[in-house]
Amino acid sequence: MTISSLLETPSELTDSASSKTAIVLMTRVRLARNLAGFSFPGWAKAPQREEVFAKCRDAVAAAPQMKRCFNVAIGELSDLERQVLVERHLISRELSGAKGGAGVIISKDQAFSVMMNEEDHLRIQVLRAGFNLKKAWSTINDLDSTLEDHLDFAFSPTLGYLTACPTNLGTAMRASAMMHLPALVISNQMEKVVRAVNQLGMVVRGLFGEGSDASGSIFQISNQTTLGESEEEIIKRLGSVLQSIVEHELNARAKLLEADAGKLFDKIGRAYGILQNSHLLSSSEAMNLLSLIRLGVDLGAFADGNRSVIDRLFIEAQPGHLQYAQKGEFEPGQRDMLRAERLRAEFANFTRPDFSFNQPEKN
Amino acid sequence: MANPLKCDLCSKPATVHLTQIVNNKVHKVDLCEACAQAKGVTDPSGFSLADLLLKASLNPEPAATGVRCEQCGFTQNDFKKLGRFGCPACYDTFRSVLEPMLENMHSGTTHAGKVPTRALERKSLYDRLTKLELDLTEAIKSERYEDAARTRDEINQVKQAFNQQATR
Ligand SMILES: [Zn+2]
Ligand SMILES: [Zn+2]
Repeated sequence: MTISSLLETPSELTDSASSKTAIVLMTRVRLARNLAGFSFPGWAKAPQREEVFAKCRDAVAAAPQMKRCFNVAIGELSDLERQVLVERHLISRELSGAKGGAGVIISKDQAFSVMMNEEDHLRIQVLRAGFNLKKAWSTINDLDSTLEDHLDFAFSPTLGYLTACPTNLGTAMRASAMMHLPALVISNQMEKVVRAVNQLGMVVRGLFGEGSDASGSIFQISNQTTLGESEEEIIKRLGSVLQSIVEHELNARAKLLEADAGKLFDKIGRAYGILQNSHLLSSSEAMNLLSLIRLGVDLGAFADGNRSVIDRLFIEAQPGHLQYAQKGEFEPGQRDMLRAERLRAEFANFTRPDFSFNQPEKN
Repeated sequence: MANPLKCDLCSKPATVHLTQIVNNKVHKVDLCEACAQAKGVTDPSGFSLADLLLKASLNPEPAATGVRCEQCGFTQNDFKKLGRFGCPACYDTFRSVLEPMLENMHSGTTHAGKVPTRALERKSLYDRLTKLELDLTEAIKSERYEDAARTRDEINQVKQAFNQQATR
């Protein structure tokens, strides 16, 4: 499979948004695995990296989950192609900067991706639309068991799966959810939520942009520790944290509507106007506007089917995707113009918001 | 001010003080302005202290003891620099360095999750086979033919188990 056909195939992330994905956009589980008897990628000499890469590549490509997969060494990809894969959460920034003897195998529907010779020999990932932690764990558990039949993983009965960094020891599992939390952001409650979530042993970061900058009000919440609890326990704990964040977000939305619906509708209406008419849009402004439209969909101001359009645009408005679609590299200023053009076209036929759902019922 | 706090990473005077509660344990990190900037902790709520704590707990270590991983040549100094290990065997070599850090880093110190049962089974069968084959050579060399015959039977049994596992 080539990268262009991969990107044209409907994917878990960009094409299955339903009302189930209203607040939790997607769930991801990642496992780190290493081969016994080989140095970790950061310490291995080039020939050993190549040897491990070849071993892993054979085993992963042979897994039934990877039928007709996209299978590539990182050196075979252009900078732009790598950036597109990073923006789709299919490879990490670290892998995209890797030298020789590293690569990725991605399933046709982009639900599975296995990075080879990133920080660990294998980083196995599954992505699922919506709030689906248990299902994500069971599918990745199956793929991991399949790989285990062909690869000898480094494992210690007391420390669990051995990883390059001791912070990943044990289950070597990071489970996470990508959440859209506009009402908590608008009502300045995010800091409080982050603190509370930290105290429960979970980590929150903004998804787009570096650090904790959260353009688009999209956050990633994941487990912080990996040793001392089983995968199921971690998933259960994370699940209940996510559930309570969902409830807080819903409460915040209800409060915003109750306190000053006019102000909220103004924000959504303006976002719609700008998306339809602007000629320069930075990536973070675009994300914030799209986030407001998405909130509008959740509230009922736009049709439910538009949610998937917004989720696709969240990705396609990223610099890599924008340039990839234009088949060239552009300066940031030109990108802002292209982005605005793309979004104007997308919103030209987008039905106007209808806020009548909030009218008091007439008797 | 008496005894001002020093930066955990570079021991300049600390001006940024962070507290994070992980698994009901309070972790405190004190940083100078420069290190706080470099670590991107200007928003103390949004980042994980785990990585930072790892590096900070490495710093007060005395000079490296010269221990070297036999498998991969990694030293304690390398660990101090990189915060990563060289190979799986490093976990045995540097056990005494690692163990005190685990409690701060994780919610427990013992693995409680998935075990790669089939891979471990495969390895133990393989180890057994290697040993039996050695025994067989020994037995033949010292003309203990009864032992040799018995060992050969055992080898066949192990091989069968091996094949069964592979096709299961
Ligand atoms: Zn410092
Ligand atoms: Zn080693």
